[in-house]
Amino acid sequence: MKTARKQRLILIALMVIGAGVATAFALKSFNENLMYFFPPSDVAAGKAPKDALFRLGGMVVKGSVERPDKSMLVRFKLTDFKQEVTVEYTGILPDLFREGQGIVAHGKLNPQGVFVAEEVLAKHDENYMPPEVAGSLQKPDKPTTGRQL
Amino acid sequence: MWLIPDPVVRFFHRMASPPHFYAFTERLMPWLTAVFVLLLGCGLYGGLILAPPDYQQGDSYRIIYIHVPAAWMSLFIYVVMAVTGAIGLIWRIKLAEIVMISSASIGAGFTFIALVTGSLWGKPMWGAWWVWDARLTSELILLFLYLGVIGLYGAIDDKRMASRAVAILALVGVVNIPIIHYSVEWWNTLHQGPTVTKLDKPSIHVTMLVPLLLMALAFKVYYLIAMIQHARVELLQRERNSQWVKNIAAGSAK
Repeated sequence: MKTARKQRLILIALMVIGAGVATAFALKSFNENLMYFFPPSDVAAGKAPKDALFRLGGMVVKGSVERPDKSMLVRFKLTDFKQEVTVEYTGILPDLFREGQGIVAHGKLNPQGVFVAEEVLAKHDENYMPPEVAGSLQKPDKPTTGRQL
Repeated sequence: MWLIPDPVVRFFHRMASPPHFYAFTERLMPWLTAVFVLLLGCGLYGGLILAPPDYQQGDSYRIIYIHVPAAWMSLFIYVVMAVTGAIGLIWRIKLAEIVMISSASIGAGFTFIALVTGSLWGKPMWGAWWVWDARLTSELILLFLYLGVIGLYGAIDDKRMASRAVAILALVGVVNIPIIHYSVEWWNTLHQGPTVTKLDKPSIHVTMLVPLLLMALAFKVYYLIAMIQHARVELLQRERNSQWVKNIAAGSAK
């Protein structure tokens, strides 16, 4: 390869690597802010904001969904299989909301440690299958990875 | 160059010559179009009619047959732009610059489709049109990168200068590509994790996967068609004073 071309090649490689390293550092320092939600363990450990709105993500605990006084109020527990947090929400839930499904709630903790949600979003997992396949699968109570949350 | 077999090297050398590229792509076009129509037909029929509904989402999941291939293409085309940009910068090959700039508007289109179809699906499924999580935000930045490339190219009159400026922008922006791809693994996002590229266990039933892959291929061939057509026009404009273009113009005027 001719010298001029070689120099340009090295220059471009350095530029791309430099941009990559700079971005990696920037993302690393903003890591917390890039998290879309806190898992229940962070709330239990006191890492979540106390008096501010934040998002809480987790799996709806099976059998925990209740409607105490036949109003729009729904109460359920969210888990990341380490800790659980009770959530209260008044309003219409999205289509994919169901027990055992991952959701993300936006709201804040009240003094009793109950998460009062203003908005509930369903988080779809990455699995696609026909209903008959889903029915025939013995669904484990615990998913194998936490990423589906 | 000892790693690459001789016929391949010769093919690329010939393709880098504008008149040869112009003539070769003219002959290639009907074949590409036929392959595209075939793939698109099979993909759509398989995806919309043969594939079963999803156990949770019912029929709404079928938007993946547009959304996922469009999102893949938005990343793929950007990588093509960065690679051809680098080739143009280092070896000053005119045709590489032309492929780069011809890809930009198609890539922007696919990015836009991915964002819009995702939004349409997000409202009923998640409960929100848009959320600022890492995946959605980085994909939006990709759209702005594409628009920046198109705008920068249009703003500089000397097209060879413009190509160099655009190549540098494209190369710097390429850091966004791994961020988009890994965003769902590095951070908590509302967007779900990868389905197809996850190797440990199949997350999508094979009856749903095959049409998805056919659609992905169809989109790839569509990109080739659209990019080549764009490149041919760009080539004629840039080479309008050269003899081979004058010969073509004289031939078609007869």
